[in-house]
Amino acid sequence: MKSKLKLALVAGAIVASSVSGAMAGKDLDAIKARGELLCGVSGTLGGFSLPDSKGVMQGLDADICRAIAAAIGTKVKFVPLTAQQRFTALQSGEVDILSRNTTWTLTRDTALGLNFTAVTYYDGQGFMIPKKLGVKSAKELDGATVCVQPGTTTELNLADYFRANKMKYTPVVIEGTQETNAAFFSGRCDVLTTDSSGLASIRANDAPKGKSDDYVILPEIISKEPLGPVVRHGDDQWLDVVKWVVFALVEAEEYGVTKENADKMASSTNPGIRRLLGTDPGMGKNLGLDEKWALNAIKATGNYGEIWEANIPPLGLPRGLNALWSKGGIMYAPPVR
Amino acid sequence: MTEIPANSQRPPTRSLGGRSFYDKEVQGVLWQVVTIGVVLGLGYYLYSNMVANLELRQIQTGWGFLWRPASFDIGESLIPYTSASPYWKAILVGLINTFRVAVVGCILATILGVFVGVASLSRNFLVSGLTSVYIHSLRNVPVLLQMIFWVAVMHAMPSVRESKPLFGFVATQRGLFAPVPAAAFGWTLALVGLLVAVVAIWIVARWANRRQLETGEIFPVMWTSLGILVALPFVGWLIGGAPTEWNVPQLNRFNIRGGMSLSPEFLAVLTGLTLYTSAFIGEIVRAGILSVPKGQIEAARAIGLRESVIMRKIILPQALRVIVPPQTSQYLNLTKNSSLAVAIGYPDLVSTANTTMNQTGQAPEGIVIIMVVYLTISLTISLFMNWYNKKIQLVER
Amino acid sequence: MATSASAPPVATTGPLAWIKENLFSSVGNTITTLVVLAFLVWTIPPLVQWAFTDAVWAPDNAACRQASGACWGFISEKHRLIFFGTYPYGEQWRPFAMMLILLALVFTTLNTNNWGRLLWITWAVALPAMFILMQGGILGLTFVSTSQWGGLPLTLILSTFGIIASFPLAVVLALGRRSDLPAIKFICVLFIELIRGVPLITLLFMASLMINLFLPTGVTFDKLLRAQIAIIMFSGAYTAEVIRGGLQALPRGQEEAADALGLSYWYKMFFVVLPQALKLVIPPMINNFIGLFKDTTLVSIIGLYDFLGAIKAAGSDTEWRIFFLEGLVFAAVIYFIFCFAMASYGRYLERRLDTSKR
Repeated sequence: MKSKLKLALVAGAIVASSVSGAMAGKDLDAIKARGELLCGVSGTLGGFSLPDSKGVMQGLDADICRAIAAAIGTKVKFVPLTAQQRFTALQSGEVDILSRNTTWTLTRDTALGLNFTAVTYYDGQGFMIPKKLGVKSAKELDGATVCVQPGTTTELNLADYFRANKMKYTPVVIEGTQETNAAFFSGRCDVLTTDSSGLASIRANDAPKGKSDDYVILPEIISKEPLGPVVRHGDDQWLDVVKWVVFALVEAEEYGVTKENADKMASSTNPGIRRLLGTDPGMGKNLGLDEKWALNAIKATGNYGEIWEANIPPLGLPRGLNALWSKGGIMYAPPVR
Repeated sequence: MTEIPANSQRPPTRSLGGRSFYDKEVQGVLWQVVTIGVVLGLGYYLYSNMVANLELRQIQTGWGFLWRPASFDIGESLIPYTSASPYWKAILVGLINTFRVAVVGCILATILGVFVGVASLSRNFLVSGLTSVYIHSLRNVPVLLQMIFWVAVMHAMPSVRESKPLFGFVATQRGLFAPVPAAAFGWTLALVGLLVAVVAIWIVARWANRRQLETGEIFPVMWTSLGILVALPFVGWLIGGAPTEWNVPQLNRFNIRGGMSLSPEFLAVLTGLTLYTSAFIGEIVRAGILSVPKGQIEAARAIGLRESVIMRKIILPQALRVIVPPQTSQYLNLTKNSSLAVAIGYPDLVSTANTTMNQTGQAPEGIVIIMVVYLTISLTISLFMNWYNKKIQLVER
Repeated sequence: MATSASAPPVATTGPLAWIKENLFSSVGNTITTLVVLAFLVWTIPPLVQWAFTDAVWAPDNAACRQASGACWGFISEKHRLIFFGTYPYGEQWRPFAMMLILLALVFTTLNTNNWGRLLWITWAVALPAMFILMQGGILGLTFVSTSQWGGLPLTLILSTFGIIASFPLAVVLALGRRSDLPAIKFICVLFIELIRGVPLITLLFMASLMINLFLPTGVTFDKLLRAQIAIIMFSGAYTAEVIRGGLQALPRGQEEAADALGLSYWYKMFFVVLPQALKLVIPPMINNFIGLFKDTTLVSIIGLYDFLGAIKAAGSDTEWRIFFLEGLVFAAVIYFIFCFAMASYGRYLERRLDTSKR
């Protein structure tokens, strides 16, 4: 009897110690109180979020989270999530932000109770197929077996594309990026489909050693996939913070502020740069952050172009749509003023 | 005898509606009221939290999503299904897939389990030793692990381009392909003939039983049944024009087309479930046969019955009484274990409902659907078991 | 007239007779023996060759690809990840110590001779001690959050704590089901049948997807704790049925005698009925534990890295992917060892309890 009481007390203590989160319900306050930003990532996609040999998460999605954490002055912790788990993890509070090459769609923005913040990568869906099948275009794929992950826009776009082109296919639905890739490379299916950036990454990193050239990415891009960080409904301030950190990174590239010269640039005479880096105060206060929010973010990871250069070129992808609007792409940040 | 004085003091009693607080019935009522209150209060608390959270997050609720188009495709489906079909149809496809693997699994597991159970009682030491190894090794490994193992084995099969057909059967890493007769009226008639034959056999068996009870003459039921089973479908096939065309699997540009195909995921789930459950059924059958008192078998031998007759008429009916209840719960376990197909990629109910939950964000509704379906299956099987138990109960003096 | 004793005929005793009796007693039997022997000769030597003779034991990827046998190098290369999950490398002595303590405690408790105050006090001290050992943060141990716990320790924690914590729940449910009060009986039956009727995976999904919705806004639970709660509820329902069996097996005379002595309901239950009933049900409880131990593999589906999940994670390394089968075989062997040991112990206990009652 007594031991059962002790057991109950111990269990109660264990429960109490693991219940986390502020009762206030405001995400930003909770993150600051915790001192740590919980960032949901993939953890399996080279170039976007993949741990290196020391276990440090590398990639574009990971760097965006690092920049945000530096802007709000907390540490960052990465939580790997599969495509099926990601939205419920965000909805339930397991992570504060999802930086997991997630496509901005109407349903997700509304029915799922989520808010998309800004686009960090303009992408599109493509197909990858072994060269020896001799297929030159996606329109020749009638009757193919296609590997796809469940719970993604990829799955839906695939169905729409084949239906629109009156072609038939057999889907092989496997959860988990690694398992899907393994099924494709073992020959279980003919075609792998996901965002083109993902295909490039998989071809470069996950193909059997030395056999990357045996696989070809078909030229058709069958959908728009604007990828960016996602937060929950319910905290407008947090939404604004995330949005404007991303915009600040793009503006920094427009102004030519880099990781190296950020401190020097803080004393620039250009009023735009002064506002951005907090030398002219006011922007930080509006966001509820320290005035050096953008400066800290840029010093942590560099501007958008530097983040891009550090992670994407090994995949063999051109800057393309993701270049600045002034350089031929569509990366366009609203002004920080 | 002294009488109790009229005005003597009785100790004051605390009462509730005239009954004492210490009355067991009163206490019982109080306990129940308190329990119901606590349970309802807890339920209300959880429910109101859920509603508040859903509103705050602006997640949609309601069952309207079931009629929206699903927009995703399912790898294998017995009913026609496209990505334009509504979500409820996707879930129905999942349910049919669950039944498909559960029913086939139950049948195969029973056959295998009975064989293993009977073999484990063999006098041959090698045979009983082998069955012991079989039962112990399969019972002590988790079923999920066994399923993943079989998926890995299936994926290691030769690819579609490297595999060689054997009598039209092809085993590849994309599944097992078998030739089937091409759809024709003759085959439909043959199927009708088969159903009629089953009914006919049942009628013949009952008639033969009654005749034996009345006149004592034995009718060769088995041979007659076999004859009917072969003859009636054959007649149907003949009437339909004796079609002989086969649908043989052929290698196309991407895949093998034609014939009947069983996907590797289906085969992996089926193999894993069948082998795992057959080990348990083997134990149950063994316990059942051992539960028949030895005296029954000795008496049967003493009156000169053949071994096969002893097994059929003496041992099995008595053993079934002990076998059927745990066997039914094993069938239930097999059905519930088929939900693990979600980890393999086989589109069963949990898998399609899970995808639906992810695409629409309506997790509570999806989970309610899954639980209601499984509860219905469990309750149906439990009801059947209760009915069967009552039917075969030993009516004692 | 005395005749000297002579040895029995050769073929009626000894190993030869046993072979003749068991393997070759009739024509059918002989054929069966020959067929089975042929089958064994056909399968066992190649299996032994694949698993042992031709196998590569060193963690050498190139040698593994060359060899035709099994690649146990996959295990030796990744054994830390497989056994301990993503627990920090330098601190892995802690989960190892926790496992030893837990196993020692469990085996001591299974022997009912050891039941007594000392045992309960040891449990009460050991549980928080194990928790502190795993999580750290105080006493100079570095903090390791539960999201990094994995591998075999996680499987043991989930199953053992599941059974232990479900015990009070199961007792309450079993007593409630046998109660005369209709409302309580109804609630208990509803709970038990509801939980037993659905697969464990749906309970785990409910735990990982929905528990957070049921809590006040802003409060979140650790994922491991959510899965543990689902397992406790699941185990509670099954254990309740086992305890109910034990309660039914107890002679009615015990309860009636306690009533005649005027003991109250709770007094009667805790001091007369339950101690006897619980001692009766230890063997079925061991079966329950084995079942729960196997069922913990399901948490790999919701993203926790138990032993099976750790093997799958180890197999996702593209270099070692082709040797995933060996990893699965290894996992099967480990599970088999644990479950078979528990089952044998259970059978031994059952035999002992049977004889002790006579």
